Amino acid sequence: MERQRKEQHDAQKKSDNRQLSRRDFMKLGIGTLSALAILEVGGASLFFMKPRSLEGEFGTEVIAGPAESFPAGSVVQFPDGRFFLVRSQDGGFLALYQRCTHLGCSVTWEADKSRFFCPCHASSFDFHGDVENPPAPKALDTFPVTIVNGQVLVDTGHSQARDTFTQNQLVYA
Amino acid sequence: MSDHKSASFTKKLIYTSKTHPDDRSRMRAVANNLVLHLHPTKVPAAALRWSYTWGLGGISALLAILLGITGVLLMFRYDASVERAYTSIQFMETQVFFGSLVRSIHHWSANLLIVTVFLHLLRVFYTGGYKKGRAANWLIGIILLLLVVASNFTGYLLPWDQLAYWAVTVGTSLLSYVPGAGGSISNFLLAGPEVGQGALRNFYAIHVAVLPALLVLLMSYHFWKVRKDGGISQPAPPLTADGKRRQRVERLTTIPHLVQREFVVAVALITVLALWAMFVPAPLEELANPTHPPNPAKAAWYFLGLQELLLHMHPLAAMILPGIVLSAIVLIPYWDKEEGDIGVYFRSTIGKLMALAGAFFATALVPLLVLLDEYWIDFPALLPSWPTLVSNGLVPLLLTLAGLLGIYTSMRIVARANRSEALVGLFSFVIVGFVLLTIIGIFFRGPNMALIFPY
Ligand code: HEM
Ligand code: FES
Repeated sequence: MERQRKEQHDAQKKSDNRQLSRRDFMKLGIGTLSALAILEVGGASLFFMKPRSLEGEFGTEVIAGPAESFPAGSVVQFPDGRFFLVRSQDGGFLALYQRCTHLGCSVTWEADKSRFFCPCHASSFDFHGDVENPPAPKALDTFPVTIVNGQVLVDTGHSQARDTFTQNQLVYA
Repeated sequence: MSDHKSASFTKKLIYTSKTHPDDRSRMRAVANNLVLHLHPTKVPAAALRWSYTWGLGGISALLAILLGITGVLLMFRYDASVERAYTSIQFMETQVFFGSLVRSIHHWSANLLIVTVFLHLLRVFYTGGYKKGRAANWLIGIILLLLVVASNFTGYLLPWDQLAYWAVTVGTSLLSYVPGAGGSISNFLLAGPEVGQGALRNFYAIHVAVLPALLVLLMSYHFWKVRKDGGISQPAPPLTADGKRRQRVERLTTIPHLVQREFVVAVALITVLALWAMFVPAPLEELANPTHPPNPAKAAWYFLGLQELLLHMHPLAAMILPGIVLSAIVLIPYWDKEEGDIGVYFRSTIGKLMALAGAFFATALVPLLVLLDEYWIDFPALLPSWPTLVSNGLVPLLLTLAGLLGIYTSMRIVARANRSEALVGLFSFVIVGFVLLTIIGIFFRGPNMALIFPY
């Protein structure tokens, strides 16, 4: 019975392929609705799990302190903000994200060698965060620095990638 | 009808029909046994040989069950928050009755499962267990392997000690080298730019709910498929004396022959595991400290082969190479369509030779290349005008692939191996190479990831 009907249906379809039979209409409708339902549920789940990155102390604006408290040529670590505040010889500020650009370990400042060193795979970076020794592929990321009323502010919510250090990355008081 | 009532309650759980003292009913009782929903009623005697499967699939399944049981116990005591995770584990280790033992069994079962699933893959490959319509189950198996690795990786973060924090940091940072979506996938998994509270929550949910559910589904499918594919692979039986038909294979009933063996293996495994777990507790390092990675910072041991690759290649190349190998392993059933050698370890005498040759070359070459690259070869210095993505990525990647192709073709041409046999050689080379890289990563890398000798 069922088979007969199917054959009939197929024959009909062959004779006029522009016609949309009830069977095909149902198939198409159910198919489309199922696809939509899957998309909706999938999309809703993705939104549900969306990164909640701005929880906690890291990811907000950090007040580093008055500009004059950082002597030229100094490197100060802010562990909670995950950055080093670097002040160049001519007084420009640079906030370096402590995350190694190779695979994300934290670099440490080695004052005696004047470099940032990553213990994971031995990358090192110079005073301005430029790669001194691979495997790190690019300079340390930076955070935007602004100086308001003599206070140094570092926005740890927006890291900026860069290939190398250039003079215009320095911010002056 | 009286025995309907008299059949004990436990029997009713296992049999769907009542037992009756005549032969027909006994047959039916056997056929309706719960065990026989998993196994066929009879299995070829040769398939029961310990030295054919080494029981590795069954051992893996048992470990998965143990992981489920101990895992649920751990959930009662574990706290998935950055502030409390580490202390809840410490509390478990020192205050909770059997806390250390339960954690230890979970830890060692998880690590052992990686080993047994890997060995199971090797045994299936070397016996050609993916042949004669078993390609789908080969693929399911590979997905199971990936799920097992993912379970281990997500579980690794939960103790929130130094090992956990840095292994997961390094592991997820790899993702950001995947061109295009890599960065956002890592961001999504970690619920932010670095490993923190969001990442711990995500990993916990994935570890205790998502992955176990997928594993249960796929394992059931895997077992069902083994039966539907006609049981585990076996060599075609020899021809009869007149050469017209195949000889009949000797078959034994599943109960008791197979079930007994499974029982013995299970008891032995549980005993050894429990003793081991008692004497070697699961490690717990210092509390995670986001500003101070340990030196050297290593990934989990089963990723150290990949981490070793990273020391020699640009991260993108070091991800593409295993990606190519994995895809090739998935495609093996479509490349090797020789069916005559199914169920025979290493296919043939030539196949055995190829396996030995592959293993030998890998043992000679891989450590040599590691040493050369460590002390002499420096592609970026040799090709200073090229970007490192090419000099340290594309160049070593293409050289490696060319080497693999060379091994395969020379086995085809010089040793006149057929596809199946040459594949055995190439596979052995890749697997032994990978194992060696892993060993180098585990034992021969010290502070600053420099080569050292473990004394
Ligand atoms: C959670 C992980 C896994 C479990 C629990 C599991 C379990 C099993 C079991 C119980 C068998 C019956 C034969 C035996 O014990 O060797 C089997 C067969 C098989 N497994 Fe797995 N397995 C797993 C992962 C894998 C992997 C990683 C592969 C390969 C990529 C794989 C491919 C196969 C194939 C193709 C068969 C049929 C083999 C034959 O017919 O000779 N499985 N598996
Ligand atoms: S993570 Fe810093 S060198 Fe690899």
